[in-house]
Amino acid sequence: MQVKDIITTLNLTVFGGSQGLAHEITGGYTSDLLSDVMGHAENGKIWITLQTHKNVIAIASLKDLAAVILIKGLEPDADMLAQAEEEGIPVLGTTDQAFETTGKLFNLLVR
Amino acid sequence: MRFEYTIEAGNFSKAGDASSSFKKILKQLNVDPHIIKRIVVSLYEGEVNIVAHAKGGKVICDVDTSRVTIQLIDVGPGIPDIAKAMQAGYSTASAKVREMGFGAGMGLQNIKNNADELIIKSEVGVGTQLTIIVNLNKA
Repeated sequence: MQVKDIITTLNLTVFGGSQGLAHEITGGYTSDLLSDVMGHAENGKIWITLQTHKNVIAIASLKDLAAVILIKGLEPDADMLAQAEEEGIPVLGTTDQAFETTGKLFNLLVR
Repeated sequence: MRFEYTIEAGNFSKAGDASSSFKKILKQLNVDPHIIKRIVVSLYEGEVNIVAHAKGGKVICDVDTSRVTIQLIDVGPGIPDIAKAMQAGYSTASAKVREMGFGAGMGLQNIKNNADELIIKSEVGVGTQLTIIVNLNKA
């Protein structure tokens, strides 16, 4: 499954980094602690978080993550968005909370 | 081959720039992707530590055929108790840094878990030097 395949089903906003919408998804990782993601998220995962700053993209890019989903209607900071465009990491948004988003993504990927 | 980067104190918008740049070099050198990941995690955590805690510093990355040696050298304030700093969950990060999702006391653990060797030398009032070694030959 590719990042673009979950956008309609999960009703996600695409904020930027759309060059990466063809990234293959291997799973998800839900965390707001950057070192946790740095240490444990594997490549191809979708990162679900409430962090909206530029360092999120630095980590997503270094770890070759598939995309980032911002929860609770949060929007990316301007420099996060600029970095996402540069690195080609899709930044997506949902009004759902982390629990619901994680559950929906899990169901999509497991079924 | 030697690559050097300067790390600015407190400038989180540049945190990760050295890691990103060095990752591209390692890719060009055809280093195994799993080994690149381990190097990049270690370097990134070291970089963020300098941004968050030090008054600035530099990174020196040496690549030879058998290993990558990364030296992260900062200009203080130094770590009073290295054993304590190495404990998972222990952090002296500011509230602002924690709000960003850093400062969870996982950084040095991440380095330890990904490096083949980690040497920390620190003197209060002088600075800290981390030496990280990752072997390039698969075990």
